Amino acid sequence: MTELASLDEQELVVRLRRGDQRACARLMTWAERNDPRFAVQHRAFCDELGVAQRIGITGPPGAGKSTLVEGLASHWRESDDRKIGVVAVDPTSPFTGGALLGDRVRMSRLVLDPGVFIRSMATRGVFGGLARATDDLADVLDLFGCHSIMVETVGVGQSEVDIARSCDLTLVVLHPGGGDTIQAMKAGLMEVADIYVVNKADMPGVDRLVQELFDVLELREIPEDQQPPILTAVASTGQGVPELAEAIDGMVRDRRDSGRQAERRQDNLERRIRRLVDGRLRHEVWQARGLSDLLHQRLAEGGKLSAYELADEVLDQYQQAAGHPANLLGNISQTDPEDSP
Amino acid sequence: MEQPIRVLVAKPGLDGHDRGAKVVAAALRDAGMEVIYGGLHQTPEAIVQMAVQEDVDAVGLSILSGAHMTLFPKVKEHLNRAGAESILLTGGGIISAGDMDKLEKLGVGQLFGPGSRLADLVDYIEKEVARRRTATRSA
Repeated sequence: MTELASLDEQELVVRLRRGDQRACARLMTWAERNDPRFAVQHRAFCDELGVAQRIGITGPPGAGKSTLVEGLASHWRESDDRKIGVVAVDPTSPFTGGALLGDRVRMSRLVLDPGVFIRSMATRGVFGGLARATDDLADVLDLFGCHSIMVETVGVGQSEVDIARSCDLTLVVLHPGGGDTIQAMKAGLMEVADIYVVNKADMPGVDRLVQELFDVLELREIPEDQQPPILTAVASTGQGVPELAEAIDGMVRDRRDSGRQAERRQDNLERRIRRLVDGRLRHEVWQARGLSDLLHQRLAEGGKLSAYELADEVLDQYQQAAGHPANLLGNISQTDPEDSP
Repeated sequence: MEQPIRVLVAKPGLDGHDRGAKVVAAALRDAGMEVIYGGLHQTPEAIVQMAVQEDVDAVGLSILSGAHMTLFPKVKEHLNRAGAESILLTGGGIISAGDMDKLEKLGVGQLFGPGSRLADLVDYIEKEVARRRTATRSA
Protein backbone atom coordinates (compact mmCIF):
# COMPACT_ATOMS: atom_id res chain seq x y z
CA MET A 1 0.00 0.00 0.00
CA THR A 2 1.12 3.53 -0.66
CA GLU A 3 1.93 5.87 2.14
CA LEU A 4 -0.90 8.23 3.03
CA ALA A 5 1.23 11.34 3.15
CA SER A 6 1.73 11.17 -0.59
CA LEU A 7 -2.01 11.17 -1.29
CA ASP A 8 -3.92 14.34 -1.98
CA GLU A 9 -7.16 14.96 -0.15
CA GLN A 10 -9.51 13.74 -2.85
CA GLU A 11 -7.71 10.43 -3.08
CA LEU A 12 -7.96 10.10 0.67
CA VAL A 13 -11.73 10.45 0.57
CA VAL A 14 -11.95 8.05 -2.37
CA ARG A 15 -10.05 5.47 -0.36
CA LEU A 16 -12.22 6.10 2.68
CA ARG A 17 -15.31 5.39 0.60
CA ARG A 18 -13.76 2.11 -0.46
CA GLY A 19 -13.58 1.15 3.20
CA ASP A 20 -9.91 1.92 3.81
CA GLN A 21 -9.57 2.32 7.58
CA ARG A 22 -6.25 4.07 7.37
CA ALA A 23 -7.70 6.75 5.11
CA CYS A 24 -10.63 7.13 7.51
CA ALA A 25 -8.24 7.51 10.45
CA ARG A 26 -6.12 10.09 8.64
CA LEU A 27 -9.11 12.25 7.75
CA MET A 28 -9.98 12.22 11.45
CA THR A 29 -6.46 13.34 12.29
CA TRP A 30 -6.82 16.26 9.91
CA ALA A 31 -10.03 17.26 11.64
CA GLU A 32 -8.38 17.05 15.06
CA ARG A 33 -5.43 19.11 13.89
CA ASN A 34 -7.68 21.75 12.36
CA ASP A 35 -6.01 21.09 9.03
CA PRO A 36 -7.65 23.29 6.36
CA ARG A 37 -7.79 20.29 4.04
CA PHE A 38 -10.48 18.82 6.29
CA ALA A 39 -12.74 21.85 5.92
CA VAL A 40 -12.40 21.68 2.14
CA GLN A 41 -13.38 18.02 2.10
CA HIS A 42 -16.19 18.56 4.59
CA ARG A 43 -17.87 21.02 2.24
CA ALA A 44 -17.67 18.47 -0.53
CA PHE A 45 -19.20 15.55 1.38
CA CYS A 46 -21.50 17.27 3.86
CA ASP A 47 -24.71 16.62 1.92
CA GLU A 48 -24.08 12.89 2.27
CA LEU A 49 -24.04 13.07 6.06
CA GLY A 50 -26.84 12.43 8.51
CA VAL A 51 -27.47 8.80 7.62
CA ALA A 52 -26.15 7.32 10.86
CA GLN A 53 -27.89 7.55 14.20
CA ARG A 54 -25.67 9.33 16.70
CA ILE A 55 -25.90 8.24 20.29
CA GLY A 56 -24.19 10.14 23.06
CA ILE A 57 -23.18 8.27 26.19
CA THR A 58 -22.37 10.22 29.30
CA GLY A 59 -22.25 9.80 33.05
CA PRO A 60 -19.84 9.99 35.97
CA PRO A 61 -16.45 8.24 35.85
CA GLY A 62 -16.64 4.54 36.57
CA ALA A 63 -20.33 4.19 35.69
CA GLY A 64 -19.45 1.64 33.01
CA LYS A 65 -19.85 3.75 29.88
CA SER A 66 -17.13 2.01 27.86
CA THR A 67 -18.34 -1.44 28.86
CA LEU A 68 -21.85 -0.47 27.85
CA VAL A 69 -20.59 0.79 24.48
CA GLU A 70 -18.87 -2.55 23.96
CA GLY A 71 -22.07 -4.37 24.91
CA LEU A 72 -24.28 -2.34 22.57
CA ALA A 73 -21.81 -2.62 19.71
CA SER A 74 -21.54 -6.39 20.11
CA HIS A 75 -25.30 -6.68 20.27
CA TRP A 76 -25.88 -4.70 17.09
CA ARG A 77 -23.10 -6.52 15.27
CA GLU A 78 -24.78 -9.84 16.01
CA SER A 79 -28.40 -8.80 15.63
CA ASP A 80 -28.26 -7.03 12.28
CA ASP A 81 -24.61 -6.81 11.20
CA ARG A 82 -24.76 -3.08 11.69
CA LYS A 83 -21.54 -1.14 11.04
CA ILE A 84 -20.53 0.63 14.24
CA GLY A 85 -18.43 3.71 14.91
CA VAL A 86 -17.21 4.76 18.33
CA VAL A 87 -15.61 8.03 19.40
CA ALA A 88 -14.32 7.78 22.97
CA VAL A 89 -13.27 11.04 24.61
CA ASP A 90 -10.93 11.28 27.60
CA PRO A 91 -9.55 14.41 29.24
CA THR A 92 -6.33 16.18 28.32
CA SER A 93 -4.19 17.20 31.30
CA PRO A 94 -4.35 20.97 31.62
CA PHE A 95 -0.82 20.91 33.03
CA THR A 96 1.15 18.93 30.47
CA GLY A 97 -1.16 18.79 27.45
CA GLY A 98 -0.83 15.02 27.51
CA ALA A 99 -3.63 12.51 27.87
CA LEU A 100 -4.12 8.88 28.79
CA LEU A 101 -6.85 7.44 26.60
CA GLY A 102 -7.95 4.20 28.22
CA ASP A 103 -11.45 3.47 26.95
CA ARG A 104 -10.20 0.83 24.55
CA VAL A 105 -9.23 -1.45 27.41
CA ARG A 106 -12.95 -2.06 28.00
CA MET A 107 -13.68 -2.59 24.33
CA SER A 108 -11.13 -5.24 23.46
CA ARG A 109 -13.80 -7.67 22.22
CA LEU A 110 -14.48 -5.31 19.30
CA VAL A 111 -10.92 -4.75 18.10
CA LEU A 112 -10.68 -7.39 15.39
CA ASP A 113 -14.18 -6.88 14.04
CA PRO A 114 -13.79 -5.09 10.69
CA GLY A 115 -17.32 -3.68 11.11
CA VAL A 116 -16.32 -1.61 14.14
CA PHE A 117 -14.18 1.52 14.03
CA ILE A 118 -13.05 2.95 17.36
CA ARG A 119 -11.26 6.22 17.78
CA SER A 120 -9.97 7.61 21.08
CA MET A 121 -9.83 11.34 21.44
CA ALA A 122 -8.40 13.80 23.95
CA THR A 123 -10.36 16.92 24.90
CA ARG A 124 -7.38 19.19 24.11
CA GLY A 125 -8.46 21.97 26.39
CA VAL A 126 -12.21 21.94 25.80
CA PHE A 127 -14.66 21.50 28.69
CA GLY A 128 -18.13 20.01 28.64
CA GLY A 129 -17.19 16.39 28.05
CA LEU A 130 -16.32 16.55 24.36
CA ALA A 131 -13.41 17.76 22.25
CA ARG A 132 -13.54 20.47 19.59
CA ALA A 133 -13.56 18.04 16.70
CA THR A 134 -15.87 15.37 18.14
CA ASP A 135 -18.65 16.26 15.68
CA ASP A 136 -16.13 16.12 12.84
CA LEU A 137 -15.01 12.63 13.81
CA ALA A 138 -18.62 11.48 13.96
CA ASP A 139 -19.10 12.98 10.49
CA VAL A 140 -16.16 10.99 9.18
CA LEU A 141 -17.63 7.79 10.62
CA ASP A 142 -20.97 8.68 9.03
CA LEU A 143 -19.25 9.07 5.66
CA PHE A 144 -17.38 5.82 6.30
CA GLY A 145 -20.77 4.10 6.31
CA CYS A 146 -21.36 3.44 10.00
CA HIS A 147 -25.03 2.94 10.82
CA SER A 148 -24.74 3.64 14.53
CA ILE A 149 -22.18 5.99 16.01
CA MET A 150 -21.64 6.07 19.73
CA VAL A 151 -19.90 9.06 21.26
CA GLU A 152 -18.65 8.44 24.75
CA THR A 153 -17.89 11.57 26.76
CA VAL A 154 -15.30 11.96 29.47
CA GLY A 155 -16.60 10.98 32.87
CA VAL A 156 -18.45 14.20 33.52
CA GLY A 157 -18.24 15.77 36.90
CA GLN A 158 -19.81 19.07 37.68
CA SER A 159 -19.54 20.75 34.34
CA GLU A 160 -21.90 21.53 31.56
CA VAL A 161 -22.88 18.73 29.31
CA ASP A 162 -22.32 19.29 25.61
CA ILE A 163 -23.19 15.83 24.44
CA ALA A 164 -26.92 16.55 24.30
CA ARG A 165 -26.20 19.25 21.75
CA SER A 166 -24.20 16.98 19.56
CA CYS A 167 -26.12 13.71 19.21
CA ASP A 168 -29.56 12.47 18.22
CA LEU A 169 -30.04 10.80 21.55
CA THR A 170 -28.27 10.88 24.89
CA LEU A 171 -27.87 8.02 27.34
CA VAL A 172 -27.00 8.94 30.89
CA VAL A 173 -25.32 6.04 32.65
CA LEU A 174 -25.44 5.98 36.45
CA HIS A 175 -24.54 3.29 38.93
CA PRO A 176 -25.43 2.53 42.53
CA GLY A 177 -22.69 3.74 44.79
CA GLY A 178 -21.88 6.65 42.48
CA GLY A 179 -23.39 9.21 44.83
CA ASP A 180 -27.07 10.12 45.11
CA THR A 181 -29.12 11.76 42.39
CA ILE A 182 -28.31 15.20 43.80
CA GLN A 183 -24.83 14.65 42.38
CA ALA A 184 -26.28 13.86 39.00
CA MET A 185 -28.57 16.89 39.20
CA LYS A 186 -25.67 19.17 40.01
CA ALA A 187 -23.73 17.86 37.05
CA GLY A 188 -26.55 18.83 34.72
CA LEU A 189 -27.14 15.19 33.91
CA MET A 190 -30.82 15.23 34.81
CA GLU A 191 -31.71 17.57 31.98
CA VAL A 192 -29.90 15.94 29.10
CA ALA A 193 -30.97 12.31 29.27
CA ASP A 194 -33.21 10.76 26.67
CA ILE A 195 -32.71 7.38 28.32
CA TYR A 196 -31.35 6.60 31.77
CA VAL A 197 -29.32 3.47 32.27
CA VAL A 198 -28.73 2.28 35.80
CA ASN A 199 -25.71 0.10 35.25
CA LYS A 200 -24.14 -2.44 37.61
CA ALA A 201 -27.66 -3.50 38.48
CA ASP A 202 -26.30 -6.56 40.27
CA MET A 203 -24.98 -4.35 43.03
CA PRO A 204 -26.91 -3.30 46.11
CA GLY A 205 -28.76 0.01 45.97
CA VAL A 206 -30.23 -0.35 42.47
CA ASP A 207 -33.88 -0.10 43.48
CA ARG A 208 -33.22 2.99 45.53
CA LEU A 209 -31.38 4.72 42.70
CA VAL A 210 -34.16 3.91 40.24
CA GLN A 211 -36.75 5.22 42.70
CA GLU A 212 -34.77 8.40 43.26
CA LEU A 213 -34.56 8.96 39.52
CA PHE A 214 -38.33 8.57 39.23
CA ASP A 215 -38.82 11.06 42.03
CA VAL A 216 -36.53 13.65 40.48
CA LEU A 217 -38.09 13.26 37.05
CA GLU A 218 -41.56 13.69 38.48
CA LEU A 219 -40.59 17.11 39.76
CA ARG A 220 -39.84 18.30 36.27
CA GLU A 221 -43.42 18.32 35.00
CA ILE A 222 -42.65 16.74 31.66
CA PRO A 223 -45.62 15.18 29.85
CA GLU A 224 -45.89 11.50 30.72
CA ASP A 225 -45.13 10.28 27.20
CA GLN A 226 -41.93 12.30 27.07
CA GLN A 227 -40.49 11.10 30.36
CA PRO A 228 -37.10 9.50 29.66
CA PRO A 229 -37.28 5.77 30.34
CA ILE A 230 -35.11 4.28 33.10
CA LEU A 231 -33.53 0.96 32.22
CA THR A 232 -31.26 -1.27 34.26
CA ALA A 233 -28.30 -3.22 32.94
CA VAL A 234 -25.22 -5.17 33.90
CA ALA A 235 -22.96 -4.16 31.03
CA SER A 236 -20.19 -6.58 32.03
CA THR A 237 -22.46 -9.62 31.53
CA GLY A 238 -24.69 -8.19 28.83
CA GLN A 239 -27.78 -8.33 31.01
CA GLY A 240 -30.31 -5.70 29.90
CA VAL A 241 -28.28 -4.74 26.82
CA PRO A 242 -30.72 -6.14 24.19
CA GLU A 243 -33.59 -4.26 25.84
CA LEU A 244 -31.53 -1.07 25.88
CA ALA A 245 -30.59 -1.48 22.22
CA GLU A 246 -34.24 -1.93 21.38
CA ALA A 247 -35.24 1.16 23.36
CA ILE A 248 -32.61 3.21 21.51
CA ASP A 249 -33.68 1.97 18.09
CA GLY A 250 -37.34 2.56 18.92
CA MET A 251 -36.73 6.09 20.09
CA VAL A 252 -34.62 6.91 17.04
CA ARG A 253 -37.40 5.61 14.80
CA ASP A 254 -40.11 7.58 16.59
CA ARG A 255 -38.17 10.78 16.43
CA ARG A 256 -37.29 10.37 12.82
CA ASP A 257 -40.96 9.84 11.98
CA SER A 258 -42.24 12.66 14.15
CA GLY A 259 -39.72 15.19 12.85
CA ARG A 260 -38.18 15.71 16.28
CA GLN A 261 -34.86 14.36 15.10
CA ALA A 262 -34.68 16.92 12.29
CA GLU A 263 -35.48 19.69 14.77
CA ARG A 264 -32.78 18.56 17.13
CA ARG A 265 -30.22 18.24 14.37
CA GLN A 266 -31.01 21.77 13.30
CA ASP A 267 -30.39 23.02 16.86
CA ASN A 268 -27.17 21.02 17.07
CA LEU A 269 -26.01 22.46 13.80
CA GLU A 270 -26.59 25.99 15.01
CA ARG A 271 -24.58 25.31 18.18
CA ARG A 272 -21.79 23.81 16.17
CA ILE A 273 -21.57 26.75 13.81
CA ARG A 274 -21.49 29.14 16.76
CA ARG A 275 -18.69 27.11 18.32
CA LEU A 276 -16.71 27.25 15.08
CA VAL A 277 -17.16 31.00 14.80
CA ASP A 278 -16.23 31.48 18.47
CA GLY A 279 -13.11 29.41 18.00
CA ARG A 280 -12.00 31.25 14.89
CA LEU A 281 -12.57 34.64 16.45
CA ARG A 282 -10.58 33.62 19.49
CA HIS A 283 -7.76 32.44 17.27
CA GLU A 284 -7.98 35.63 15.21
CA VAL A 285 -7.75 37.85 18.26
CA TRP A 286 -5.07 36.04 20.23
CA GLN A 287 -2.87 34.31 17.68
CA ALA A 288 -3.29 35.75 14.21
CA ARG A 289 -3.10 39.36 15.41
CA GLY A 290 -0.39 38.65 17.95
CA LEU A 291 -2.46 40.07 20.80
CA SER A 292 -1.35 37.31 23.16
CA ASP A 293 2.09 38.84 22.94
CA LEU A 294 0.71 42.30 23.59
CA LEU A 295 -1.10 41.09 26.68
CA HIS A 296 1.98 39.32 28.05
CA GLN A 297 4.01 42.42 27.42
CA ARG A 298 1.55 44.65 29.27
CA LEU A 299 1.35 42.23 32.18
CA ALA A 300 5.12 42.08 32.38
CA GLU A 301 5.25 45.83 32.80
CA GLY A 302 3.68 45.26 36.21
CA GLY A 303 1.77 47.69 38.37
CA LYS A 304 -1.90 47.49 39.29
CA LEU A 305 -3.99 46.98 36.21
CA SER A 306 -7.71 46.81 35.71
CA ALA A 307 -8.77 43.69 33.83
CA TYR A 308 -11.41 45.74 32.04
CA GLU A 309 -8.92 48.36 30.97
CA LEU A 310 -6.59 45.76 29.48
CA ALA A 311 -9.44 43.94 27.76
CA ASP A 312 -10.44 47.20 26.11
CA GLU A 313 -6.88 47.80 25.08
CA VAL A 314 -6.61 44.37 23.49
CA LEU A 315 -9.84 44.85 21.59
CA ASP A 316 -8.84 48.34 20.49
CA GLN A 317 -5.66 46.91 19.06
CA TYR A 318 -7.60 44.17 17.35
CA GLN A 319 -9.96 46.71 15.86
CA GLN A 320 -7.11 48.78 14.48
CA ALA A 321 -5.32 45.78 13.05
CA ALA A 322 -8.39 44.22 11.52
CA GLY A 323 -10.14 47.41 10.46
CA HIS A 324 -13.42 46.10 11.82
CA PRO A 325 -16.29 48.36 12.82
CA ALA A 326 -16.50 49.05 16.53
CA ASN A 327 -19.92 47.46 17.01
CA LEU A 328 -18.55 44.05 16.16
CA LEU A 329 -16.09 44.39 19.01
CA GLY A 330 -18.88 45.34 21.34
CA ASN A 331 -20.50 42.05 20.57
CA ILE A 332 -17.37 40.08 21.21
CA SER A 333 -16.70 41.58 24.61
CA GLN A 334 -20.23 40.96 25.84
CA THR A 335 -20.38 37.21 25.69
CA ASP A 336 -23.89 35.93 25.81
CA PRO A 337 -23.86 33.18 28.46
CA GLU A 338 -26.29 31.22 26.29
CA ASP A 339 -23.80 31.05 23.50
CA SER A 340 -20.53 30.35 25.23
CA PRO A 341 -19.29 26.87 24.43
CA MET B 1 0.99 24.89 16.77
CA GLU B 2 2.91 21.66 17.27
CA GLN B 3 0.54 18.70 17.19
CA PRO B 4 0.63 16.28 20.11
CA ILE B 5 2.36 12.97 19.49
CA ARG B 6 -0.02 10.00 19.64
CA VAL B 7 1.36 6.73 20.96
CA LEU B 8 -0.27 3.33 21.39
CA VAL B 9 1.05 1.45 24.42
CA ALA B 10 0.10 -2.21 24.51
CA LYS B 11 1.18 -5.61 25.76
CA PRO B 12 1.16 -8.45 23.27
CA GLY B 13 1.28 -12.09 24.24
CA LEU B 14 0.63 -13.84 27.46
CA ASP B 15 2.55 -12.18 30.25
CA GLY B 16 0.38 -10.15 32.60
CA HIS B 17 3.02 -7.86 34.07
CA ASP B 18 1.61 -4.50 33.05
CA ARG B 19 3.31 -2.30 35.60
CA GLY B 20 6.05 -1.33 33.17
CA ALA B 21 3.55 -0.48 30.45
CA LYS B 22 1.57 1.67 32.86
CA VAL B 23 4.66 3.51 34.13
CA VAL B 24 5.70 4.22 30.54
CA ALA B 25 2.17 5.32 29.58
CA ALA B 26 2.10 7.78 32.48
CA ALA B 27 5.56 9.12 31.63
CA LEU B 28 4.62 9.72 27.99
CA ARG B 29 1.41 11.44 29.03
CA ASP B 30 3.36 13.66 31.41
CA ALA B 31 5.63 14.54 28.52
CA GLY B 32 2.58 15.94 26.70
CA MET B 33 1.76 12.97 24.47
CA GLU B 34 -1.64 11.43 23.86
CA VAL B 35 -1.29 7.84 24.97
CA ILE B 36 -3.81 5.25 23.89
CA TYR B 37 -3.60 2.39 26.35
CA GLY B 38 -4.38 -0.83 24.55
CA GLY B 39 -4.26 -3.17 27.49
CA LEU B 40 -3.05 -6.70 28.12
CA HIS B 41 -2.93 -9.88 26.05
CA GLN B 42 -3.30 -8.27 22.65
CA THR B 43 -2.51 -10.14 19.45
CA PRO B 44 -0.23 -8.51 16.85
CA GLU B 45 -3.25 -8.17 14.53
CA ALA B 46 -5.26 -6.36 17.22
CA ILE B 47 -2.37 -4.03 18.02
CA VAL B 48 -1.97 -3.02 14.39
CA GLN B 49 -5.71 -2.57 13.98
CA MET B 50 -5.72 -0.21 16.97
CA ALA B 51 -2.68 1.67 15.66
CA VAL B 52 -4.36 2.17 12.28
CA GLN B 53 -7.69 3.39 13.63
CA GLU B 54 -6.02 5.70 16.12
CA ASP B 55 -3.60 7.01 13.46
CA VAL B 56 -0.75 6.98 15.97
CA ASP B 57 2.80 8.18 15.39
CA ALA B 58 4.33 5.38 17.42
CA VAL B 59 3.55 1.97 18.92
CA GLY B 60 5.27 0.99 22.16
CA LEU B 61 5.18 -2.65 23.18
CA SER B 62 6.08 -4.02 26.56
CA ILE B 63 7.17 -7.65 26.45
CA LEU B 64 8.41 -9.47 29.52
CA SER B 65 7.62 -13.00 28.40
CA GLY B 66 10.74 -13.60 26.34
CA ALA B 67 8.68 -13.83 23.16
CA HIS B 68 10.02 -10.58 21.74
CA MET B 69 11.76 -12.25 18.78
CA THR B 70 8.36 -13.48 17.61
CA LEU B 71 6.11 -10.61 18.62
CA PHE B 72 8.07 -7.57 17.40
CA PRO B 73 8.59 -8.98 13.88
CA LYS B 74 4.91 -10.02 13.71
CA VAL B 75 3.71 -6.55 14.64
CA LYS B 76 6.17 -4.98 12.20
CA GLU B 77 4.99 -7.31 9.43
CA HIS B 78 1.32 -6.43 10.06
CA LEU B 79 2.13 -2.71 10.17
CA ASN B 80 3.83 -2.96 6.78
CA ARG B 81 0.97 -4.96 5.36
CA ALA B 82 -1.50 -2.29 6.53
CA GLY B 83 0.48 0.42 4.73
CA ALA B 84 1.57 1.81 8.06
CA GLU B 85 5.33 1.36 7.79
CA SER B 86 5.91 4.97 8.77
CA ILE B 87 4.63 4.31 12.30
CA LEU B 88 7.55 3.99 14.72
CA LEU B 89 7.63 0.60 16.45
CA THR B 90 9.50 0.73 19.74
CA GLY B 91 9.17 -0.82 23.17
CA GLY B 92 10.91 -2.47 26.02
CA GLY B 93 11.28 -5.50 28.20
CA ILE B 94 13.89 -8.04 29.10
CA ILE B 95 15.68 -8.08 25.77
CA SER B 96 19.36 -8.76 25.18
CA ALA B 97 21.57 -6.34 23.23
CA GLY B 98 22.05 -8.99 20.55
CA ASP B 99 18.33 -9.41 20.07
CA MET B 100 17.88 -5.64 19.96
CA ASP B 101 20.36 -5.48 17.07
CA LYS B 102 18.58 -8.23 15.20
CA LEU B 103 15.22 -6.52 15.63
CA GLU B 104 16.65 -3.22 14.53
CA LYS B 105 17.71 -4.82 11.26
CA LEU B 106 14.06 -5.77 10.73
CA GLY B 107 13.02 -2.14 10.99
CA VAL B 108 12.10 -2.05 14.68
CA GLY B 109 13.18 1.14 16.44
CA GLN B 110 15.31 1.46 19.54
CA LEU B 111 14.29 -0.84 22.41
CA PHE B 112 14.68 -0.15 26.10
CA GLY B 113 15.85 -2.82 28.52
CA PRO B 114 15.81 -2.95 32.32
CA GLY B 115 17.36 0.12 33.93
CA SER B 116 16.47 2.43 31.07
CA ARG B 117 15.64 6.00 31.97
CA LEU B 118 12.14 7.24 31.16
CA ALA B 119 13.59 10.57 30.03
CA ASP B 120 15.64 8.76 27.36
CA LEU B 121 12.56 6.98 26.08
CA VAL B 122 10.58 10.23 25.92
CA ASP B 123 13.46 11.95 24.19
CA TYR B 124 13.84 9.14 21.66
CA ILE B 125 10.13 9.10 20.74
CA GLU B 126 9.99 12.89 20.43
CA LYS B 127 13.02 13.04 18.15
CA GLU B 128 12.14 10.01 16.06
CA VAL B 129 8.52 11.08 15.52
CA ALA B 130 9.62 14.60 14.59
CA ARG B 131 12.05 13.14 12.07
CA ARG B 132 9.44 10.86 10.55
CA ARG B 133 6.82 13.60 10.37
CA THR B 134 9.24 15.83 8.47
CA ALA B 135 10.25 12.99 6.19
CA THR B 136 6.67 12.09 5.21
CA ARG B 137 5.71 15.72 4.78
CA SER B 138 8.47 16.36 2.30
CA ALA B 139 7.81 13.08 0.47
